Amino acid sequence: MLKRRNSLFSMMVAAGLSLAMIGSAGAADKVVKVATQSPLSGDQSVVGVDIKRGAELALEQLGAPLAAMGFKVELAPFDDQANPDAGVANAKRIVSDPAVLAVVGHYNSGVQIPSSEVYHTSGLVNVSPANTNPKVTTRGYLEVNRIVGRDDVQGVVGADFAAAKGIKTAFVVHDKSAYGQGIAEFFKKRAEENKIKVLGFEGTEEKANFDALLSPIVAGNPDLIYFGGMAFQAAVLFKQARERGYEGMFLSDDGFDSPDAAKIGGKTLIAGTGTYYSTVSGPASVYPGTAKFITDFKAKYNADPQPFAAQGYDSMGISLKAIEMAAAANKNEVPTREAVAKAVRALKAYKGITGTYTFNEIGDPEKALYFVIQVKSADPAAWASNPIVQTLEIAPPK
Amino acid sequence: MAATSFKEVFDKLNQGVVGYVVILLHVVAGSYLVYSQPRSNLAFLVFISSLLSLYFFRADNRFKILVGMLLALVIIPVIGVRNIFYLEVIFQISVFAALSLGLNIVVGFTGLLNLGYVAFYAVGAYLWAFFGSQQFYVLNYAPGTQPPDLPFLLPGDAFYLFLLVAVIIAAITGILLGLPVMRLKGDYLAIVTLGFGEVIRVLANNLDKPINLTNGPQGITPIQRPTMPEWVVDLFNSLFSGVIGHDVKLADMYNVMFYFFALLVIIAIIFVTKRLDDSKIGRAWTAVREDEIAAVAQGIPIVRMKLLAFAVGASFAGLMGVLLAASRTFISPESFNFMQSIGVLSMVILGGIGSIPGVILGAAVLTILNLQVLQGFSLYLNDLRQSDAVIPVINFAWKDLSTQLDPAKYQKLLFGLILIIMMIFRPEGLIPAKRRKRDVSVDETK
Amino acid sequence: MKQFLRYLNVKELVRPIGQMLAFSLGSAAVMSAIILVLALVLDKTAVGTALVNKLNVSLFSYTLSNLPQVVIDGLTIGFVYAAIALGYTMVYGVLQFINFAHSEIFAVGAFVGVEVLIFLQTLGVLSGASVFMAYAYLSLAILLAMLAAGGLAVTVEKIAYRPLRNAPRLVPLTAAIGVSFLLQDLIRLVEGLTTGQFNRIIPTFGNFDDRITGKMTLGATKLFIGISVKSIIVIVAAVLMLVALNYLVNATKVGKAIRAVSQDMRTASLMGINVNRIISITFLVGGLLGGAAGLLYALKFTRIDPFIGFFPGIKAFTAAVLGGIGNMTGALLGGIILGLLETFAGSYLGVFTMGAAGSEYKDIFAFSILILVLIFRPQGLMGKNVGQKA
Repeated sequence: MLKRRNSLFSMMVAAGLSLAMIGSAGAADKVVKVATQSPLSGDQSVVGVDIKRGAELALEQLGAPLAAMGFKVELAPFDDQANPDAGVANAKRIVSDPAVLAVVGHYNSGVQIPSSEVYHTSGLVNVSPANTNPKVTTRGYLEVNRIVGRDDVQGVVGADFAAAKGIKTAFVVHDKSAYGQGIAEFFKKRAEENKIKVLGFEGTEEKANFDALLSPIVAGNPDLIYFGGMAFQAAVLFKQARERGYEGMFLSDDGFDSPDAAKIGGKTLIAGTGTYYSTVSGPASVYPGTAKFITDFKAKYNADPQPFAAQGYDSMGISLKAIEMAAAANKNEVPTREAVAKAVRALKAYKGITGTYTFNEIGDPEKALYFVIQVKSADPAAWASNPIVQTLEIAPPK
Repeated sequence: MAATSFKEVFDKLNQGVVGYVVILLHVVAGSYLVYSQPRSNLAFLVFISSLLSLYFFRADNRFKILVGMLLALVIIPVIGVRNIFYLEVIFQISVFAALSLGLNIVVGFTGLLNLGYVAFYAVGAYLWAFFGSQQFYVLNYAPGTQPPDLPFLLPGDAFYLFLLVAVIIAAITGILLGLPVMRLKGDYLAIVTLGFGEVIRVLANNLDKPINLTNGPQGITPIQRPTMPEWVVDLFNSLFSGVIGHDVKLADMYNVMFYFFALLVIIAIIFVTKRLDDSKIGRAWTAVREDEIAAVAQGIPIVRMKLLAFAVGASFAGLMGVLLAASRTFISPESFNFMQSIGVLSMVILGGIGSIPGVILGAAVLTILNLQVLQGFSLYLNDLRQSDAVIPVINFAWKDLSTQLDPAKYQKLLFGLILIIMMIFRPEGLIPAKRRKRDVSVDETK
Repeated sequence: MKQFLRYLNVKELVRPIGQMLAFSLGSAAVMSAIILVLALVLDKTAVGTALVNKLNVSLFSYTLSNLPQVVIDGLTIGFVYAAIALGYTMVYGVLQFINFAHSEIFAVGAFVGVEVLIFLQTLGVLSGASVFMAYAYLSLAILLAMLAAGGLAVTVEKIAYRPLRNAPRLVPLTAAIGVSFLLQDLIRLVEGLTTGQFNRIIPTFGNFDDRITGKMTLGATKLFIGISVKSIIVIVAAVLMLVALNYLVNATKVGKAIRAVSQDMRTASLMGINVNRIISITFLVGGLLGGAAGLLYALKFTRIDPFIGFFPGIKAFTAAVLGGIGNMTGALLGGIILGLLETFAGSYLGVFTMGAAGSEYKDIFAFSILILVLIFRPQGLMGKNVGQKA
């Protein structure tokens, strides 16, 4: 027994050493890694997987300059399971790998906030493709940046648009996520300032059966139903509201920006006084890159990109650009994490597919463009051609 | 039969000096491997499995305690500071081991199936999250709209007081839940506790209005930690910075500190559990589990015994909740969903219902599987996919492997499989409980 | 024909319909009365004034005008719960075992049915289908969903539960939780590999989205009633299934065997009943019902994902416990009550608490009621208080 155990043991030791050797052998040709963290399992993986895919595509398409400098850039995708425990554990694993120079991630602000504490203590830069909670950046960490707008701005954009449309009464619904509720709270606040009567403010985790929620909504017959949250819930709610005979307007946020909305809602979205959504990622007409992204994405993964896939692409693009700049400043050697973090902040007008980015001193995009878009076609394939009805350029609150 | 013969061979070999040699070799080799290969998964597995050798091989108890203390107090902190991921894994193992030990009292000793156990964990976490943060001054603001620079309600060192408070509050919660449901049979109890778990999560998610107690889905942050005296960091650095290779920062030292807290809590829990199990109460619990009617006939106050089990189990979870809130400095309802309750239950079942070492092993196996092995395997596949490697015989390029097949995505599938396979082939768990083993062997004689 | 009628036990066809009518009307009436009294009481308080300020309508007439709609919505979802709950309760009746994986059987039914419809859509036959053909296609999808779910339920029983039949109760329950997790990810794996995504949306076809509306005036209050065609389909299909099930259990030989096994498995086997076969049939029937309920759910609510089974499953189980688990009539009653309760809570809670609590508490409302009922009637509403089984 002992002998067998020992031989097994020595095998394990040998295997461990050889595995480690593979790792060290690779280090010779300047391997750097960019990690992604997003939910790859569980019910939020629809979006999480596409954040990863967006980043993967960006690495494939935008990795050339670094390759020319003699770097091999690898993607290290992590599954944060939409769970803070897993996110923090992954974060610690990521920072313990010196080859990782940037993290693209998270989807849930609830995971990003504790995980980025780890990045912060290790000086590792984090470019967030999806976290809109103000707290993400208001902590003022050098390492934390995001390319999306903030809840406290997008809610305001929606409420101002509603007031301009002459809306008098609104019912606000949100998905009880940090994201959806955040936007809805600020929508409500601004709407009340704009003298819009908010008939109700309700959260729901329901994904299918909105019957009960719709009774008080339809009874009040508001001019507008606002939904803070994602398309897969919003579109179902809107469809069921129309089935109830509601004829007013729908308004939602950038979580609504998905062809799935048209697939679910179909012609109910263009009935009545129509459906609008505010978004920070402009349509193809504004950003030609987006159209190409959608085609490339479909060609590679055989599926439509979900919300935040394009942001995943841009976050990766920004990370690569920063690594490139920092490496160039370091005589084409592997730069330090600190240098990369500073390089992200030093980027001037990075041209991505979802916008042009310059970060302010807390990591918010300086002046983000916000669009209000109207759903014009019930055909999911025509989603990208929905027209912009309003464009706003707003600096984030300090 | 194979199992018994294996056991016989093992017992025959496991005598005299052999145990000492194996334990020492394993610990030294593991430590050396992890030290020289600080990022190799395999090295870590070799290292962490030395605890198994420590448990299974026969040696003098004083020797075992000495080696165990060396491991826990010196080697793990040093290795953990060199690679904080390992410390995080060990910390999470400790947290889940403590939770599993608590659930084990309810499910294992008393036979009451509790499917909403993380609710008590949430109670503890939110307790400290509320009092140890600025939340008290946010009561009248909608989530996200509060002004910055609010004061903290209590100093960070109140943490120690709240370890005690959480034990009491969680125990009371356990009794309050237990009171109405104690008359119910097992299956009813399962569904009611499941419902209770959901209720607590939904309350945490929704009590941001009319007064903002929990800050809703946004979660509460920052939560304070107890203060760390300067001299602790200095002492640690003067002792170990040579081995570690660099000076340790305060943030890393907090990781070590919470690891020690978790370790202390586990030791306390094991102590309490063992004493309870060997006492009149423990035997009463077993009686309740095996046959309630007979237990009543014996004059055992079953309602009081069940409530006690609920309260003890809940108090462990409450304690760990406070620890979690302080170590994370952030709490949101996402940490307390049904999946977590099932995860802890799986640990108890995998390790061995009613068995203290088994439950700890279960927690370790599932945590390592989840955090290290599955993720590591996915990363490995991903590396292959990014390379030009080809599977030789069937000429299949790794590049073409669908990302749908990433093992990290199918954690639930794996948990499910483990539960089914364990139930069919080894329902008593990896390390069966001693008392239970006796029951089974009586059955086998017929 | 005459001969056929002689074999047909008409009483067992009429009785369940009567029960359903009585349960639906009874619970709807009780709850409506409670809510109306509450509305009257609160009308003159701050709650009433708040509503007048917002919508310029008194609380009582607001409550009254919404009531018919709320009752219809509640009954629709209630019947879906009842259909799922029967799967739980039948298995429990026979094996005293909570088939935790039943919610995934339901999800598999939904996926198979929706995939069939999506396949028909890619063939191009759905979009232009006449009303008759639309119903034919829907029936086909339901049938295939039922078969798939039923088959799966039987397979799961054979592989995962049968080896554990004589083990302590915790053992099969844990295995069932395992099966539930396994199936969720398996659906995800299969859908992910074949279609690249695992959210599926049921195609729009036929006249299912049409709505029948009516208005009534009651004194000064206008009552609005509306019901969509698909809600009617859901209710009718559920009623048909429940009647058929009742007939199977109470008026056929197989049903007699099922009842015998549920009363005493050992004695039943001594009487020459093939216990394994009967248990398989029980799972098959539960699976058939669950699968159909899955597709009906998808039809009513449009979008499905591999995790949709969880909440309906938990609620249906709650319904089964509420009614007294193991008791078929109880499951029906429990489902209807739960559906109504949760719809009432979701619809009125916001107004009655002035926005302090709203439909986000809908899900836990059901659990709270369950706990309350169990305190006073631990055996459930219609369960018999049998002694504890060792």
